[in-house]
Amino acid sequence: MTSYLTQRALGTIPVLLLISLVVFLLIHAAPGDPTLMLLGEETNAAEVAKAKARWGLDRPLPIQYLRFITSAVTGDFGKSFKYAEPVSSVIKTRLPATIELAIVSIIIATLLAIPLGVWAGSKPNSWIDNLGTSFGLFGISMPSFWLGIMLILVLAGILNILPTSGRSTYGVAGPEITGFYLLDSIMQKNSQAAWDALTHIFMPALALGMNMLGILMRVTRSAVLEVMNEEYVVAARAKGLAEKNVVWRHVTSNALIPVITVVGLELGTLLSGSIIVETVFAWPGSGSLLITALNARDYPLVTGLVMTYTVAFVIINLIIDGLYAVVDPRIRY
Amino acid sequence: MQSLTLESVTSQSPGLLTRLRPWLHVKACTGSLIVLSFIAVGILGPAAAPLDPNKQELTAMLKAPQGIGAAHVLGTDNLGRDILSRVIHGARVSLLVAFAVVFVSGLIGVSLGAVSGYFGGKVDFLIQKLVEVVWAFPPLLLGITIMAFLGQGLFNLILALVAQRWIPYCRVVRGQALSLREREFVVAAQCLGASKRRIILRHIIPNLVQTSLVIGTFAMASSIIAEASLSFLGVGVPPEIPTWGTMLADARIYISTAWWLPLFPGLCIFITVLGINLLGDALRDILDPRLTRAGPGR
Repeated sequence: MTSYLTQRALGTIPVLLLISLVVFLLIHAAPGDPTLMLLGEETNAAEVAKAKARWGLDRPLPIQYLRFITSAVTGDFGKSFKYAEPVSSVIKTRLPATIELAIVSIIIATLLAIPLGVWAGSKPNSWIDNLGTSFGLFGISMPSFWLGIMLILVLAGILNILPTSGRSTYGVAGPEITGFYLLDSIMQKNSQAAWDALTHIFMPALALGMNMLGILMRVTRSAVLEVMNEEYVVAARAKGLAEKNVVWRHVTSNALIPVITVVGLELGTLLSGSIIVETVFAWPGSGSLLITALNARDYPLVTGLVMTYTVAFVIINLIIDGLYAVVDPRIRY
Repeated sequence: MQSLTLESVTSQSPGLLTRLRPWLHVKACTGSLIVLSFIAVGILGPAAAPLDPNKQELTAMLKAPQGIGAAHVLGTDNLGRDILSRVIHGARVSLLVAFAVVFVSGLIGVSLGAVSGYFGGKVDFLIQKLVEVVWAFPPLLLGITIMAFLGQGLFNLILALVAQRWIPYCRVVRGQALSLREREFVVAAQCLGASKRRIILRHIIPNLVQTSLVIGTFAMASSIIAEASLSFLGVGVPPEIPTWGTMLADARIYISTAWWLPLFPGLCIFITVLGINLLGDALRDILDPRLTRAGPGR
């Protein structure tokens, strides 16, 4: 299995190289000259040529790509135009917020979707099944940003029980340790800060997780439906186990394998979904940073973020591949 | 293996499928009704809209919905533009983008998939590498990047959405083409001296239509959401064209004061996508039970 995973990991290298080439070419296909944009209107040809030589923009494209890729490997994407700081450190300060949001979304989605899916699947065509199926359809059809806006409208606007935006109330959070506010406040035993972080994260996490919830619920339901007719389930019933035990012990544990696949597949959707949900809730993560960078035409930062997201996505897929073998003992690489 | 399981389900519990049928019927009817009205509104568009969607009426800013028969049935926005007219015009953009994306990506995906599966070897390797690279981008991110660097516009938007949507077709079609090329009727056509092009066009592709139709329905739902997302982020169509996404983006600052601004365009996206998903579910159950696990396309 280790050799299989090493092979898979090595196989991603050409893919990552090709991705970096695509990103590089996209930037160069962009209309407008970045030097003119940076130097402003009041400039002359000599200055432009000097600036181009300084940034290496006068070299042929293949050489520029080679320089881009050699520094990108070390995580160096240059300096952000907007923040005047290295791109990597700007991204580093924003990443924990996005990871925290993604994790809470996954927790909400799986905690609701799996029981609902198992329940619906074990009683096909009952009222609970109809309710679950409708809920699943509702989840996959709901655009996350609209759900976010509606949650703000109802929970923050009308009922006024949750804050509309941001990660915490000013002055409540303690000093940063990990950058994950929930974890930090628990480590510092600061219950007020933990509650504050929880109220801030709830709406964006729910909006972000709703789509995954719908898909997971549907997948769990169909996986349970399929497993319910396996012979070992009949055997478990025949030996007199209570239906509850049959469903939750024998069926669920076997039905979870496709569910894990889907969690992995949906992580990518979750990552890109975070871009839009973070914008709705002014969540200070890497997703809203990407939109800020795009609007400011901050190309080094955009490139750095796109590469970070993509590498993360590739790595996640690799981990999910490895997880199959852990979850399903029948799979041996 | 999946179709085998399905047979065992039906053989062990007779009546399961019969009991499912009325529900299937409801799904198909509701879905088609929603999709047909979406198409009708999209095509009629300007004729159905009571007012010019871009006409600003500064004396009637942020008017709440006034109900049927009044001047502004669904109210007006911050510039006094009629919400109902804008929503109707928005349907047109969504419809155009969705159909164009599904058609173009279907064309690319099915042809590449059929070629990849039928020829195998080097061609297959190259196409599958391409699939791997494009699929390695998180969905939507590639679209955002393309739009950011190529600029706003309807054509670029369609291009950005097609960029990844041809892949589900390509993958499924490749798998089916792989098995189809071993089937008797294909071998027979080969023996009769049919050219490769003829075999692919006349014998392989017609057998892939049903599956592609199901994938296409889910691709349509996902491209409507993606179009709205890109427009919402400000990298979709130019701001002078009213779309559901841009309406939602404009509505963001008025959430607490004017609930009707975000409610109606969002509801339109939700109901349309729900309708397409209902139809897709029904189509899948009828046409291709093997696809149950595939779920909606991204």
